[in-house]
Amino acid sequence: MTEILSAAPAPASPLRLFWREFRRNRLATAALAVTVALALLAAFAPLVAPQNPYDLAHLSLADARRPPGYLGTGGYVYLLGTDPQGRDLLSAILYGLRVSVEIGLAAGCIALTIGATFGVLAAYAGGWIETLIMRAVDLQLSFPAILLALVLAALLGQGKAQLVTALVAAQYAYFARTAYGAAAAERRKDYIEAAMATPLGAGRVVFRHLLPNCAPPLIVVATVQIASSISLEATLSFLGLGLPVTEPSLGMLISNGFPYMMSGRYWISVYPGLMLILLIMAINIVGDQVRDQLNPRLRR
Amino acid sequence: MLGFVVQRAFQAFVVMVVMSMIVFVGVYAVGNPVDIVIPPDATQAMRAEAIHRLGLDLPLWQQYGVFVWRLLHGDFGRSFVYNMPVLDLIGGRLPATLELVLISILFATGVGVSLGVYAGVRPSGLVAKSIMGLSILGFSVPSFWVGLILILTFAVSLGWLPAGGRGETVEVFGVPWSFLTLDGLGHIVLPALNLALFKMAMMIRLARAGTREAMLSDTVKFARAAGISEGTILRRHVLKLISIPIITVFGLELGSTVAFAVVTETIFSWPGIGKLIIDSIGVLDRPVMVAYLVLTALLFVMINFTVDLVFAAIDPRVRSGKTRT
Repeated sequence: MTEILSAAPAPASPLRLFWREFRRNRLATAALAVTVALALLAAFAPLVAPQNPYDLAHLSLADARRPPGYLGTGGYVYLLGTDPQGRDLLSAILYGLRVSVEIGLAAGCIALTIGATFGVLAAYAGGWIETLIMRAVDLQLSFPAILLALVLAALLGQGKAQLVTALVAAQYAYFARTAYGAAAAERRKDYIEAAMATPLGAGRVVFRHLLPNCAPPLIVVATVQIASSISLEATLSFLGLGLPVTEPSLGMLISNGFPYMMSGRYWISVYPGLMLILLIMAINIVGDQVRDQLNPRLRR
Repeated sequence: MLGFVVQRAFQAFVVMVVMSMIVFVGVYAVGNPVDIVIPPDATQAMRAEAIHRLGLDLPLWQQYGVFVWRLLHGDFGRSFVYNMPVLDLIGGRLPATLELVLISILFATGVGVSLGVYAGVRPSGLVAKSIMGLSILGFSVPSFWVGLILILTFAVSLGWLPAGGRGETVEVFGVPWSFLTLDGLGHIVLPALNLALFKMAMMIRLARAGTREAMLSDTVKFARAAGISEGTILRRHVLKLISIPIITVFGLELGSTVAFAVVTETIFSWPGIGKLIIDSIGVLDRPVMVAYLVLTALLFVMINFTVDLVFAAIDPRVRSGKTRT
């Protein structure tokens, strides 16, 4: 397919052009591959993981806190060692990755929806609605996200839904600001004025014309915010304010290993941490490249 | 100008009122604090007496009224757990946080700006690329994990530095400080480094972008034409040109560093207010939580207010409010 296209490159869609430019940055391409691979690992963790870390029948405390490469009582080799509950660390990391990605994606997507709605609404409606929404958003942006997330997570208590709520509340303002900036600029352009002059409904104008043209900056912010909500979730879980212990995310795994680090059992904290960093960095590098490509000021 | 100040002051006041309500109602919703202060085998009468003594039997709005009234008189109530006035408790912990935050932000600015200026002067060199790599790493790696690695490397494996606590302190005007003793200084190195890394990454980026722009400016061109050495140009002119955004960010980041200190203090068992709030959330010590949140909100409101005023003093366009996008 690609060979045919490069032979006759005349009808290239914008998406294909975008991809062609993206591929020229090797680091970003590698990062995209890593991101996709980790997403797949997270999605199919129960199939890929050598052990089900939640299945208590498979765990034995005799195998707890063993170093990487340990041959367990069941004749099974623990490649990355075991955690304090005797879980295979590799499996626990894959399941933890699943939880982290799930929370990050959920928080990112909900925050995107809510934030974009507020931002576009403010730009489209104008007047007191604009003032009210954007003052509230600016106000929130003057507080660091970690503080808001920390407070909300503490107030709402433990649990997936509570944690996602806290993350969304801490992050929607970034999307609202971005969406507002883009929509306010588009709003003044002639095509929107023209669309509004026709008898089309406001909803149609917003969804078919205004919103698609605000998408590029929102996509960039979304990648950055998904990475940052994964990081934020890990931090909250590490502080004991995130998920319940029954379903450990990467942050929780790191937190579990912390007390054992002083005695030199480094692997329980270090390996989940490496996975977390790999995930966050890969997403950030992809986000950087997408931002550079979508930034009109860097266009030659 | 006066109108602008009054408007912003009123806004800050509204924010504080809203914040105090949210915090109060929110914290009220978390569990029943009576269970912590009275023993589990207490009789019903003892329980009722404790509830009455803590004022927990009043309606919510009345508790809020009492809370605000006391707040305005500088009384944040008593901690359920430590059984001492919350203000004293926080005041006692404040110096530890202050010295940690100040040392790390000064370190972040000093080192970050130097590295950033260097990377801006020679943007294509290997050193500059490594510096930028370091800054990407500083942005991406969660700070709590960096803390763990610092402990693992310097405290557990190498044994060079202690992993937690404040170490020996010296009292100056009745306030204990760690950075004045050698032992205390040893204790502060790792947490300060941990807290500084993220800010340093940001300072590097700011300084680099500013320097690259400044190097192309007419000021630098003329200075070069006048035969001034590169070093003097950097110190006298470039540093001056890039200082405004850096000072702004320095001010704004002071507040967020206090917020981030929560994480660092927890990892390094640093006995500041950040660790206090995490411990208090754990045991539902309501007065401490409320006081911490209200005071932090106040800190942020004051910082934002000051930044707004400084901007308005420098840039007349801000005053008219027409340039807000």
